[in-house]
Amino acid sequence: MTTLLVNGTAHSVTAAPATRLSAVLRDHLNLTGTKVGCDAGDCGACTILLNGAQACACLVPLAQAQDQAITTVEGLAAQPLGAAMQASFLAHGAAQCGICTPGMLMAAMELLATTPNPTAAETETALGGVLCRCTGYRKIIQAVMAATSLPSTTPPPGAVGQSIPRLDGLAKLTGQEQFGADTAPANALWLRPIRSPYAHARFSIGSAAHLPARLLTAADIPGRNSFGIYPDIKDQSVFAEGYARYRGDCVAALLGDRATVEAIPWADLPITWEELPAISAEAALTAPALHPRWPDNVLSTGHLRSGEAEPPAAHTATGTWQTSFVEHGYIEPEAGWAERHGDAIHVHGCTQAPYMDRDEVAAVLGIPLDSVRIIPSACGGGFGGKLDVSFQPMLAVAAWLTGRPVRTIYSRPESLASSTKRHPAHIQASASCDTTGRLTSFNFEGSYDTGAYASWGPTVAGRVPVHCMGPYRVPHVRARARAILSTNPPSGAFRGFGVPQAAIAQEALWDELADKAGLDRLEFRLLNALRDGDTTNTGQTLHHSVGLAACLEALRPHWHALRAARRHSAHRRAGVGIACMWYGIGNTGMSNPSTMRLTLSPAGRLTFHNGAVDIGQGSTTVLTQIAAQALGLPPAAFHLVLYDTGLTADAGKTSASRQTFVSGRAAQAAGEALRAAILRRANAGPDAQLALTNGILTVNGYPLALDTTLEGTGSFDPPTVPLDANGQGIPYATYGFAAQLAALEVDLQLGTIHLQKIVAAHDVGRAINPILVEGQVEGGIAQGIGLALMEEYLPGRTENLHDYLIPTIGDVPEIETILVEAHEPQGPFGAKGIGEPALVPTAPAIFSAIRDATGARITRIPALPHRVLEAIRHGH
Amino acid sequence: MQQDYLRPTSLEAALAALPGRQVLAGGTDILPAEAGAQAWLRHTPRPLLDISALPGLNGIEASATHLRIGALVTWAQLRRAALPPGFAGLQQAAAQVGGAQVQNRATLLGNLCNASPAADGVPPLLTLGAEIELASPKARRTLPLASFLHGNRSTALAPNELALALLLPLPPATARAGFLKLGARSHLVISIAMAAALIHVENGIIQHARLAIGACSAVAQRLPLAEAALLGQPANPALLLPEHLDALTPIDDVRAPATYRRHAALTLLRRLLETLA
Repeated sequence: MTTLLVNGTAHSVTAAPATRLSAVLRDHLNLTGTKVGCDAGDCGACTILLNGAQACACLVPLAQAQDQAITTVEGLAAQPLGAAMQASFLAHGAAQCGICTPGMLMAAMELLATTPNPTAAETETALGGVLCRCTGYRKIIQAVMAATSLPSTTPPPGAVGQSIPRLDGLAKLTGQEQFGADTAPANALWLRPIRSPYAHARFSIGSAAHLPARLLTAADIPGRNSFGIYPDIKDQSVFAEGYARYRGDCVAALLGDRATVEAIPWADLPITWEELPAISAEAALTAPALHPRWPDNVLSTGHLRSGEAEPPAAHTATGTWQTSFVEHGYIEPEAGWAERHGDAIHVHGCTQAPYMDRDEVAAVLGIPLDSVRIIPSACGGGFGGKLDVSFQPMLAVAAWLTGRPVRTIYSRPESLASSTKRHPAHIQASASCDTTGRLTSFNFEGSYDTGAYASWGPTVAGRVPVHCMGPYRVPHVRARARAILSTNPPSGAFRGFGVPQAAIAQEALWDELADKAGLDRLEFRLLNALRDGDTTNTGQTLHHSVGLAACLEALRPHWHALRAARRHSAHRRAGVGIACMWYGIGNTGMSNPSTMRLTLSPAGRLTFHNGAVDIGQGSTTVLTQIAAQALGLPPAAFHLVLYDTGLTADAGKTSASRQTFVSGRAAQAAGEALRAAILRRANAGPDAQLALTNGILTVNGYPLALDTTLEGTGSFDPPTVPLDANGQGIPYATYGFAAQLAALEVDLQLGTIHLQKIVAAHDVGRAINPILVEGQVEGGIAQGIGLALMEEYLPGRTENLHDYLIPTIGDVPEIETILVEAHEPQGPFGAKGIGEPALVPTAPAIFSAIRDATGARITRIPALPHRVLEAIRHGH
Repeated sequence: MQQDYLRPTSLEAALAALPGRQVLAGGTDILPAEAGAQAWLRHTPRPLLDISALPGLNGIEASATHLRIGALVTWAQLRRAALPPGFAGLQQAAAQVGGAQVQNRATLLGNLCNASPAADGVPPLLTLGAEIELASPKARRTLPLASFLHGNRSTALAPNELALALLLPLPPATARAGFLKLGARSHLVISIAMAAALIHVENGIIQHARLAIGACSAVAQRLPLAEAALLGQPANPALLLPEHLDALTPIDDVRAPATYRRHAALTLLRRLLETLA
């Protein structure tokens, strides 16, 4: 029996003395506000105060916490300083998904206890041990610095265009938010996936009768033992059948009570392995087929062919680039639970795509779609990595077979080994311009390592050719992108679907052409920028909302000021870089509808049924603001029923930067429909003023009694035309545009990069909630910095967050965001998406700045110090 | 199956129980390693001896000749301590070991006993001429740090020995010291290379120089050739030459190739000298 003093209350705990304090808090005391992201002290999500000092609860054995004063996030609200910090985080938009927020708050509490008005540097030092993957840290720093001096202001009502605090924010600050690992019935069984430790292997599974737990294998799957993103590509097994194609491939699962399952050693598993040679994407082109369906190991090829005669060119630039596997690095590993209800199954947990999960679970169990209910938990970051199913099918199978609730929580190494990654891309590209700097041609050949299974590989191969020449007028384009299978982790969806890799090549070529043509690099881009009325290389005429030129013009004064401010020192050279991007919002040439629903009951309860999963980006808030504006009542009047396939209509997946645009337009339509229904009842004109107070609806000040529930439903499916064999069509209804500047210093002797500032101009059509848009921009930039400078996943070698590096609070410089609003008539109140566009230009802008500083072209990515140094030496 | 776990409150009891047990103080190396092993079902729990309740080991004490750092002293304690300038390098290292949470829990002696080639504490401690005091049930002995560290994850600790304290001779009052760490991000980073220096300059001439490089060999090393090259000379970074680092044996790994490490080590060393001169 160990006594703990938690948030001022004494608790007696019976647990082994070596038990991690994080596990004791969560599993014994049900204080799940303390999150677990790595169990290794690498992420800081479990940061608590132990006698006032911040500590990773995952690294404190229970024995060492005996009689110590512990403060967790649940104890903050009762302390004036804690409450002030929570209020400041909410006001500054410092919490997005919320999974790192408890750790951030606790680290900040240690600081503010001694330093009530910290500097930015003091804040960075104090919070340096907590990783955040969503926010880019800048708003967290602001929130901490302002916590003790927050002015008491009333937020605006929440009209479109107003920054209101996120509607789901409070629970993220108090520890009450329930993520995938935070709930499950007490009698739940524990499921432990067994995965191939080899990149490529044959295996056989013998009798498991000697094990104290059940071993689920392919033979236990009631329905189809496979899943996949595309209706016609279900190539990944729930449990592989004798053949594993990557380290992390799931071959079986242990099922039993948690302690029993966790005590089973690898050596006891009745699995015999025959390791086979690993096959890289490069080798795969001449290797035996990994899947019979793709004999040449080419999963998918995207083409674009545009322009017949090539205009005469004066200058040409060429290059070859190689990028690496990049891990999403959401701080919440995959977790959830499932329970059978008669002939139905319910699956709870973190996801970006509940309806896709539903379809896969139904097929794997062999039951009708309407027998499956997916109930998403809060999602502690996704970025594309929680679009594919992970635990859902196997939990469903286990719960279906046993009739018991079953849960699982992935460890960080398991999450890293098993989940999808950003495609490593090998790119060869060339481009030409005429003597005046006008682009004449662009050629692109991209080989994308799509790993062991299809996942979103075809989407990447399809998106890249459309985007690879960037948002420019290029008369002649030849582009091909291939997704090539290998025995690497499946490459899937990751913020940008292959476009960030392509943008690195494209923007590097522009810099070189601009220099050859004797043009300023910004002016070169402006000269060639797409504008309203232009026709893209897919043959699509963009009539509206082409905001690139406005972005570049907004950056111009910053460009000149930053360039003028470059100061070189003995070891360091300063540089300023620029890069642009465009990004098609929604699926590529495919239907991707969303439906939103509003109801108003006779009792005056206004309910928004919103199936769009908010993974931290803020769709719950933004969609409510849109619906509210269309209806004519403030967001505060809304009750929210959020994403649950049993309660909400299909809003599609949270990906492709589509929720603001697609679901937003549906929410606008739902608001308008309910408004029309109200106005019809009231026989009021279109400009009528609505109010809802204490359950009484008034129209122009007159109460309107309802005898039945009124409903407004809205749907939107962005109009597109599928691409033909030459990549011609209308792949997207609209595009986001952006340009970013990066100012940095390069250490000429060490090759280290010291970022000074990023200025980001983004055309978002209309910023529904500017502070949330800024949050997306800053978070995307942080991921772009990681892609550019440090992130490189190597299977089996970087399976933790101290060997796989993502940016810390000290790696993201000051960011100035400029929001450009080139109205998109199809979008809700003119809005487009922002999630992915924020990331795309950052890495190329950084490489542009390195070249500006040193003349070195970065072609092997990430630009780790030794690679930068090598490039500098080659450059001279 | 409950892991065998002892948390004695006397040194005698600890030493009696020691054989066969893994010593745990701050836990910041042992618990992360378990997470990696557990993920692949390779976890074989070892009996643990938690020394955090032992008395008298959590102080930094100064005598006329030495600083004595107890086995339970954390990096945060060291970082905050008021120490002479000769300890500046060690204190700079203390501020760069993991994040603040790790600094609050992890101990200097744990860093040494863990014997990672990238242990941040080792280079500055080598320049300080640190000795480590070891206790067994029947004897105590003191070893120079360089003799204590045998290799990657290997030390001179006998199965019945516990590391009790570090003994750091007080450097000359006018000595200056520094530490530079190179990694691929700003916080929470395992070093690609690191350099520590402690020098004493009088009338513009180097009277005393100790230099060490970490993460470039299985155990961080002093650089006697480089030190000799500096003695009696004005502090000039150009005196430090690549051949002074010939004894290093850096490896290629996920963080950097060996050639870069060697180059970076010399660069860090020259910069240190420049700032300390």
